[in-house]
Amino acid sequence: MKKAWLLAAVAAFALNGAVEAKTLKWGSAREIASLDPYSYGDTFTLSVLNHVYEGLVRYTGDLKIEPALAESWETVSPTVWRFKLRQGVKFHNGNPFTADDVITSLERVTHADSPLKGNLPAYKSSKKIDDLTVEIEVNGPYPLLLNDLTNIFIFDKEWLVANNSLLPTDSGKGVKGYATDNANGTGPFKVESRRADSKTVYAKNPNWWDKPQHNIDVIEFLPIASASTRVAAMLSGEIDFTNVAPLQDLPRLTASTEVKVLQTNELRSVFFAFNLTDKLVESDVKDKNPLRDVRVREALYRAIDIDAVQKRAMRGLSRNTGALVAPAIPGYEPSQDERLPFDLNGAKKLLADAGYPNGFSFTMNCQSDSLVNEEEFCQAVAAMWSRAGLKPNLSLAPRSQQTPKRVKGDFDVISFGWANEPMIDAYSLLVQVLRSKSGTGGVFNWGNWGDPRIDALVDKAGVELDTPKRIEMMKEALKIAKAEHLFIPLHQQPMAWAMRNTIASTVQASDNKPRLWLTMMK
Amino acid sequence: MPAFLFKRFINAAGVMLAVAFLAFLTFRFVGDPVELMLNEQASQAQRDELRVRLGLDKGFVLQFATFVGNAVRGDFGISYRNQQEVFTLIAERFPATFELVLVATFLSLAVGIPLGVYTAIKRDSLLAKALQFISVLGVSLPSFALGILFILVFSVNLQWLPAFGRGEVVQLGWWSTGFLTASGRKALILPGITLSLFQITLVMRLVRAEMLETMRTDFIRFARARGLPSRAVHFRHALRNCLMPVITVTGLQIGNLIAFALVTETVFQWPGMGMLFVQAVTFVDIPVMAAYLIVVSFIFVSLNTLVDLTYAWVDPRLRDDALSGGANAR
Repeated sequence: MKKAWLLAAVAAFALNGAVEAKTLKWGSAREIASLDPYSYGDTFTLSVLNHVYEGLVRYTGDLKIEPALAESWETVSPTVWRFKLRQGVKFHNGNPFTADDVITSLERVTHADSPLKGNLPAYKSSKKIDDLTVEIEVNGPYPLLLNDLTNIFIFDKEWLVANNSLLPTDSGKGVKGYATDNANGTGPFKVESRRADSKTVYAKNPNWWDKPQHNIDVIEFLPIASASTRVAAMLSGEIDFTNVAPLQDLPRLTASTEVKVLQTNELRSVFFAFNLTDKLVESDVKDKNPLRDVRVREALYRAIDIDAVQKRAMRGLSRNTGALVAPAIPGYEPSQDERLPFDLNGAKKLLADAGYPNGFSFTMNCQSDSLVNEEEFCQAVAAMWSRAGLKPNLSLAPRSQQTPKRVKGDFDVISFGWANEPMIDAYSLLVQVLRSKSGTGGVFNWGNWGDPRIDALVDKAGVELDTPKRIEMMKEALKIAKAEHLFIPLHQQPMAWAMRNTIASTVQASDNKPRLWLTMMK
Repeated sequence: MPAFLFKRFINAAGVMLAVAFLAFLTFRFVGDPVELMLNEQASQAQRDELRVRLGLDKGFVLQFATFVGNAVRGDFGISYRNQQEVFTLIAERFPATFELVLVATFLSLAVGIPLGVYTAIKRDSLLAKALQFISVLGVSLPSFALGILFILVFSVNLQWLPAFGRGEVVQLGWWSTGFLTASGRKALILPGITLSLFQITLVMRLVRAEMLETMRTDFIRFARARGLPSRAVHFRHALRNCLMPVITVTGLQIGNLIAFALVTETVFQWPGMGMLFVQAVTFVDIPVMAAYLIVVSFIFVSLNTLVDLTYAWVDPRLRDDALSGGANAR
């Protein structure tokens, strides 16, 4: 009896496999926010919608910029870029792709109410030269326009006009739009049906302009928030692919002969950042801030046994780093990747030299639901600092509770992760995190760790159009931050995908974006 | 009676206002949606601007007044996360939760009542004792553990039932139902059992206690004395007298089931209101969180008021009590 059941189950499974061979069931950890790529500045949402919509340029599987809807480009002057558009591209509804679509899309995404306008900060205006040529003017010399355009997806003007969706949707004003629930792009897949939080179906676009390097007919996108349920669905064959395989379940997944785990490290670098204002927030040292002494910061650095953190907290899967950006990010420098060695006695001596032989207490703000195994590595590091004679008070809470405290500077030490997305350039970290707070820069400079030398370099790099020169400036700025131990780098966090043997191959880049148009099924 | 009705409705409205206030107060302090809505590249000016647009810069009283005013008209605003009307979002998710609750309620009665009768009649048998013991386990086993166990056994190992989702659904107007498709019915089984287990034990224990009580009364003894077969005595006479409290409790528990479905829905990725709420919490989507709490409380308050009114209709003494001022009148 038992055997009969098993046989029946196997037979049913095999049959299913044969009939739906080219349907890829993608179990994700999250639902996307909307079908409107301009409605929410969220990297994951954009990466899913990239199957439907495309930008003028795109990243290849190894994160190089290549032409997409634009065939070529040149700079007419330091502030004007001319794009030659691809001929014969059609939207999913059959409309031809022209310069008007580009102009309308750029206007929509940079509209004052657009939640995504930060993704195209330098945009000033655009103008049509002919049907397939567009000129984009930027505010000043700006080297990163192409990087930004990889994530600015192009809408069909006619479709936007017909559906009264020229303006972006806006939750603040209570504006919702047609584009929230409907889509019309140029990409390799089109939206066939959508039921939020349960299933969105993407069908192959037979008229795609590019030569397909995939053989998928249908993608079923199935958000499964609970990690154990997602793993169960993978093991039982209900999904073919997940872009979030929980680290603690990797051994179980690898043990199955039908599942393959793809594991690498993300672009996101994780480090500790300090409160460098005049006083600590919560400490037994009242009159000054010990963290402003570079010897104290070095002591904290040396007291971390990174191999132990990697082995225990990160399950051996993270990549230890001494640099603030990952190797794939322009601005990375191998020589900066050297870490200070773990040296407990040296740390104690440095603390004594700085005048704290008995250590001091401070608060450590970590989140329970943000970085990979953040709780575990924060606890490990807190224990290590205690061994060096310090008294860290670890505060652990969900991101929604910790973020307001972090933004206000209400912390002494925080765990911090930065992926440099969607720009994929060290400038993102430099201008948003390292630069002193002023005007557009230093939004995430929560602990006031700015340095005038770094600021000067960042500002210069922001207008330098010569790429090698610009990268040298960024390296220089990162070198200063390293010499001052402004941050304690830890690791690039691990990421893991899992797929069943129904999938033959896929491309996994460190930006953690699934590119199913580069995926072959069996 | 009109005075009583009026009083009950005023009470209900008062409770709802208190809930709205609490919902609003709590969720104002959960965190900052702005940080979660913008990406790494957004500038400070954009952050400030978004805060103003969301109305987060206004005073608490003003925000609350606007909120209540809109809520009364069924307008809970627009979700921060996906820019849709919150009311529509909840209305879309309600059928999924409701069908799950319906299945759980049906299971709890269909299984709980026979078990309760059995354990009452054969209270000294080994099986009855075993059932009593298992029911303690059923009450104390958390439903997420049970759900994961079910998934492991029936989805991963046996591959009989789906581990997640609702299967194929059929759209009837604005109502989506999983009852009409095979995959929809299959998908209901595991979450339905998970959600109903606590209810089953509750119903079983309630029926058992009531049955034991009734079996001791005179009219059962007379029935036996008249020589009626024990089957008729147990089911026609005794059980019928126990059902009133069972129905009442079941009715009141529907509110609880809707609220507790949250855990089951998370485990089984059931696209209901609970899932919506859990997602809203991770994104600090204040309008959705507040609306969910208010809708669930509204269901609770309505059910309670309905039960109160029915009782008052059945038993006039309660009405008089209520009118003359309650506790010391009796």
